[in-house]
Amino acid sequence: MTTIYDSAKRKHPAIEELIALWRYRDLIYQLVRRDIVARYKRSILGVAWTMLNPLGTMLIMVIVFSKVFNRPDNYAGYVLSGIICWSTFSQSTNMSMRSMVWGSRLLNQIYVPKTSFVLSTVLAGMVNFVLSLVPLFLIFAFSGVQLRPSALLLPIQMIFLFSFSLGVALLVSTLAVFFPDVADLYPVLLTAWMYLTPIIMPLEFYQEILDGLLLYINPFYYIVNLFRILMLDGFVPHLQTWIATGVSSFGILIIGWIFFTLKADDFAYNT
Amino acid sequence: MILHTTHNSTNNEPQQDSAIFLKDVSVHYRLPSETIKTFKEYMIRLVKREIERRSFSALKNINLDVKKGEILGIIGRNGAGKSTLMKVISKVLIPSEGRVWINGQISPLLQLGAGFHPELTGRENIYLNATLLGHSHNQIEQKLNNIIEFAEIGDFIEAPLRTYSSGMRARLGFSVATAWKPDILLLDEVLSVGDVAFREKCVDRMSYFRDQGSTVLIVSHSIESVQETCQNTIWLDKGEIVGSGETVHVCDAYQKEMQRKKSKIDGKLF
Ligand SMILES: Nc1ncnc2c1ncn2[C@@H]1O[C@H](COP(=O)(O)OP(=O)(O)OP(=O)(O)O)[C@@H](O)[C@H]1O
Ligand SMILES: [Mg+2]
Repeated sequence: MTTIYDSAKRKHPAIEELIALWRYRDLIYQLVRRDIVARYKRSILGVAWTMLNPLGTMLIMVIVFSKVFNRPDNYAGYVLSGIICWSTFSQSTNMSMRSMVWGSRLLNQIYVPKTSFVLSTVLAGMVNFVLSLVPLFLIFAFSGVQLRPSALLLPIQMIFLFSFSLGVALLVSTLAVFFPDVADLYPVLLTAWMYLTPIIMPLEFYQEILDGLLLYINPFYYIVNLFRILMLDGFVPHLQTWIATGVSSFGILIIGWIFFTLKADDFAYNT
Repeated sequence: MILHTTHNSTNNEPQQDSAIFLKDVSVHYRLPSETIKTFKEYMIRLVKREIERRSFSALKNINLDVKKGEILGIIGRNGAGKSTLMKVISKVLIPSEGRVWINGQISPLLQLGAGFHPELTGRENIYLNATLLGHSHNQIEQKLNNIIEFAEIGDFIEAPLRTYSSGMRARLGFSVATAWKPDILLLDEVLSVGDVAFREKCVDRMSYFRDQGSTVLIVSHSIESVQETCQNTIWLDKGEIVGSGETVHVCDAYQKEMQRKKSKIDGKLF
């Protein structure tokens, strides 16, 4: 088997990167494994921590907000669903950025597909997402929520969540390679974004602001909303909901992918 | 200084027996004073339209045609562009201009400890490094004992890499990079760190690769080790190939030039 590389005959960088990733699929697998093992090896409590952390946050929120708002039905399940989706997104984008900065030093000395570091971090985030469904089901059992057949469609929602996280991760990682201060700015932005999204405060609160405008322009609202419909409300949403979620999350992924791959050639020039 | 011009290729297309073919390759780095460090600063400058790009050419119109099975030395002063040339060949850097054509699998050893993690053990680092080189888990398992044996670092294989000396790191790096016969092996200043015994082992392994048809590129400041291992050599200066051909001639010319420069400076000093 001969492998010929010809810089004069490169396809569009966005396509080129896909082909390279396929060749290096073993690397991706190893990087994901390393992420997960490193996380859980540190302590036996590692797995438990992934599950307890969102539960703790939920508990606090339920106690605090029951005094402030009229607590809607299944508020515990509502908050926990929100937290699980949000922390998957915020942690995987934030960690991607950091692993990209680590990786960019490596990219100066060795060729690997440049999206590897971001992709593997987001994939590891999805594994954590699946693990954190366990406490959610516990809370469901306690508060008498029955899973309906619509829960079987969860994998589709996960594809959307994954695409959206990867898209945003690629965007912020590109910026972070060139500008180190982005790594400090992004968490601030995330906090603001979280409060603008119905994660812990009830949906009604947001619907009252500007006729719900905040919701419609917020792509993450679609994703968390789909999760709650499938898991909590237990029905299959209207086609419109699927399309809106799909378009916004795949749209971000495509934009992020193209932006990253167009800029990726410059990474090694920037030391 | 024009010597034999076997490597200043005049061909426009890679030949049947080419392993590495470069046509009019230039690399322009952005000047360090022009790099903007923060996103905030970038936005401000963008609004004020103050972003100008000045650049520095580390490689200028390089033409090179390395044949399969050749061991080529690359010499030149600090900052001549040797490492930049290796980066362009290993796909780390996409050239600003020109065409890079490579036939075969590349195993680069561009810097000591690239792809090593200081907190992981030697064994874990073998996995990490080999994976980054594109080898699968199974392939690594097959070669693991081989790699550990060749590196000769004994019980330290279970100790974190930060406890290694730089020579030990070089051994491990070389051992991983050469565990699989590469079509093209790139070595940038890595042989100079090992001791004599290890260097001999490396030379043996490289001649074995050459006999098997691998191409090897060696960057070194040690003229002796270049003379020992390479048939042909190119001499880079300020981003240009100023001499190429048989190692003896090129090294001779290089040393004379260095001598001339040195006596000039000596003349000024005393
Ligand atoms: N990322 C970078 N940004 C700007 N200039 C760079 C960058 N990397 C290298 N240079 C410049 O390019 C030139 C060539 O560098 P290179 O590392 O290729 O030299 P070299 O021949 O390997 O030198 P040495 O013998 O010291 O290793 C140098 O003048 C260096 O300052
Ligand atoms: Mg160098």
